Amino acid sequence: MNDMRILERDVDTNTIKFAGRDVHVYYGETEAIKGIDVDIEDKTVTAFIGPSGCGKSTFLRCLNRMNDTIDVCRVTGKITLDGEDIYDRKVDPVQLRAKVGMVFQKPNPFPKSIYDNIAYGPRIHGLAKTKADLDDIVEQSLRRGAIWDEVKDRLDAPGTGLSGGQQQRLCIARAIATAPEVLLMDEPCSALDPIATAQVEELIDELRTNYSVVIVTHSMQQAARVSQKTAFFHLGDLVEFGPTNEIFTNPKDPRTESYITGRIG
Amino acid sequence: MTDATAPSAPVSGDAEPSSLFTQTNRTKRRNAAEKRFKAYGLGAIGIGILSLVVLLVSILGNGLPAFKQTYVVMDVTLDESVLDPNGNRNPEDIAKVLTFGYTPIIRGAAQNLVREMGGEVEGLTDGMIGDMISKEAAGQLRRFVLANPDLIGTTQEFKFLANGRIDGFFKGRVTMESAQIDSNVSPEQLVAAERLAEAGHLTTSFNLGFLTAPDASDQRPEAAGLGVAIIGSVYMMLVVLALALPIGVAASIYLEEFAPKNWITDIIEVNISNLAAVPSIVFGILGLAIFINYAHLPQSAPIVGGLVLTLMTLPTIIISTRASLKSVPPSIKDAALGVGASKMQTVFHHVLPLAMPGILTGAIIGLAQALGETAPLLLIGMVAFVRDYPGAPPEGLFDPSTALPVQVYNWTQRSDPAFFERASGAIIVLLVLLVLMNLVAIILRRRFERRW
Ligand SMILES: Nc1ncnc2c1ncn2[C@@H]1O[C@H](COP(=O)(O)OP(=O)(O)O)[C@@H](O)[C@H]1O
Ligand SMILES: [Mg+2]
Repeated sequence: MNDMRILERDVDTNTIKFAGRDVHVYYGETEAIKGIDVDIEDKTVTAFIGPSGCGKSTFLRCLNRMNDTIDVCRVTGKITLDGEDIYDRKVDPVQLRAKVGMVFQKPNPFPKSIYDNIAYGPRIHGLAKTKADLDDIVEQSLRRGAIWDEVKDRLDAPGTGLSGGQQQRLCIARAIATAPEVLLMDEPCSALDPIATAQVEELIDELRTNYSVVIVTHSMQQAARVSQKTAFFHLGDLVEFGPTNEIFTNPKDPRTESYITGRIG
Repeated sequence: MTDATAPSAPVSGDAEPSSLFTQTNRTKRRNAAEKRFKAYGLGAIGIGILSLVVLLVSILGNGLPAFKQTYVVMDVTLDESVLDPNGNRNPEDIAKVLTFGYTPIIRGAAQNLVREMGGEVEGLTDGMIGDMISKEAAGQLRRFVLANPDLIGTTQEFKFLANGRIDGFFKGRVTMESAQIDSNVSPEQLVAAERLAEAGHLTTSFNLGFLTAPDASDQRPEAAGLGVAIIGSVYMMLVVLALALPIGVAASIYLEEFAPKNWITDIIEVNISNLAAVPSIVFGILGLAIFINYAHLPQSAPIVGGLVLTLMTLPTIIISTRASLKSVPPSIKDAALGVGASKMQTVFHHVLPLAMPGILTGAIIGLAQALGETAPLLLIGMVAFVRDYPGAPPEGLFDPSTALPVQVYNWTQRSDPAFFERASGAIIVLLVLLVLMNLVAIILRRRFERRW
């Protein structure tokens, strides 16, 4: 793995955004993540792949402490964001989540207007001083979410009235609106049709210029299309982590190989 | 269900070639079962509707007459020598003449009227004529004189309540035959009443007093009204709304969204469900022990009734509120947490608005239950005979009053059948209030649900 990272550094010189060291996650007695070390880079799309139930979502949710909302869930080890331990007692998960936005598997817009969907985050974080500022944030976010042209005439319409793909891009725009540094996406395209998927994938590729994106995906084609780095999870272990093209063309671990060639999962 | 356990039919292929136009036995059986089930359902609904219709018809039939009342219209000369013996129109002096002093004036006026109008009815004594007017009339006349002392000495037209039996005669409750054996009314009086009615001096009109007047004693059912009971019930509902809704919703939000899930919260949860099933009279005993005997709050007061009903309503509100909080999709909570909302912001900005229709429905069902509750109120003394209206809130909450269902109970306990009619009338008022509350619930739900 190490020499791979050296190779990668030659290609582009990205700083490490998230670093996980010996991360274990337990749901009650069962261990869902069994000691993971991982470095996630800035301005890179990192894909988590692996068979169902291997802990991709669990690990992703550790990165913005969404696991805190699950009573039985316990995280040990160390995860740092820009060198700061996010599980430190002094860290308020609310602040962390403003920095680390999340997009969920099922599009989940608030049952409010499109405008309010985007404006909600900036409002509660006090990002806009005036209405004009807020309007501006909403427009910028919707543009970045590649949905501005479709909704600019009906910002007052309910967000839940959009099509599935539009809803998901709205959710991405909503996540962008709080000016995060990292975007976590848990199978963002699994509820979308191929055209909407293509639009979202294109969007993810654009987002890479500004954010570090971590995407969980079921589809290896998608991982291959959008990501620069890929992590293969299997039964709670991080089996292999490296540049996407290497993982797909030249997997080191037999488990990775059999997953990619369709023998497990 | 039956077809699931039945041995599976042979795979097609072994079976005879079948046409889509003939039903297989299996399909026939399934369809028959479906038809039977539909019939059961229809039957159940039919029984329900039938009971409802019977109930409504009987209550409306018995109770609607309570909203009409027979009045005697007659001229009364306000005799100065009786009403203002000192002749100085000093309100204090006039007030010294009690209702007792007014009675002879009314009786005299009634006698004149009957003698003029109807001529002679054999066996009709002056006393009988006087009894045809409600005993309430003296009080009514006195109030009028005290309010208009200048009119003493003049002759004015008044509309007095007729005696309950005379009223009953025009509503069909009292007949000539029943009057024969009734010590409170005689056939002669009824004949005289008929003549008065022909002459237009006896009219039947809408009885606003039924909704506004206080209760009246056993001897004058015609004057009894629901005024105090309605005020008492409204006050209690205000207390319940002001206490049970915020406490219940706060408790539910805490239990549902914030409390750790451990054995303590489990015990609390079980106990809340149990409390919802506790007979209401137990809450009455509790109220008697705590609020009256220990806290020394006044008896018969709406505040105590409201507190007791609050205790009773809380579990209902908590259970329904928790159910509607639970029904908010977790994805919305995730979304809010995901953009960095705190737990409280998530609850108040997203979960609560979505749960609102359910919470309101639960609250109004709880209120409706409380409105109809009788047993606990009996124990805290709200069954008392109250003639004085309670004052305006908040002080009025501590004044004695009764409540609608207790008034119904109270009236059904009295011997005069006129009170039975009034009890049914009170039930109609209660039902109308319940329907109104349900309407409010529906309207509120619509308004909150309209938001996509
Ligand atoms: N809330 C939870 N409570 C208990 N166990 C859970 C919970 N969420 C996930 N798990 C378990 O953790 C393991 C990993 O799940 P998950 O991270 O959702 O897998 P993936 O996203 O890779 O399909 C699974 O075995 C799953 O059963
Ligand atoms: Mg998952």
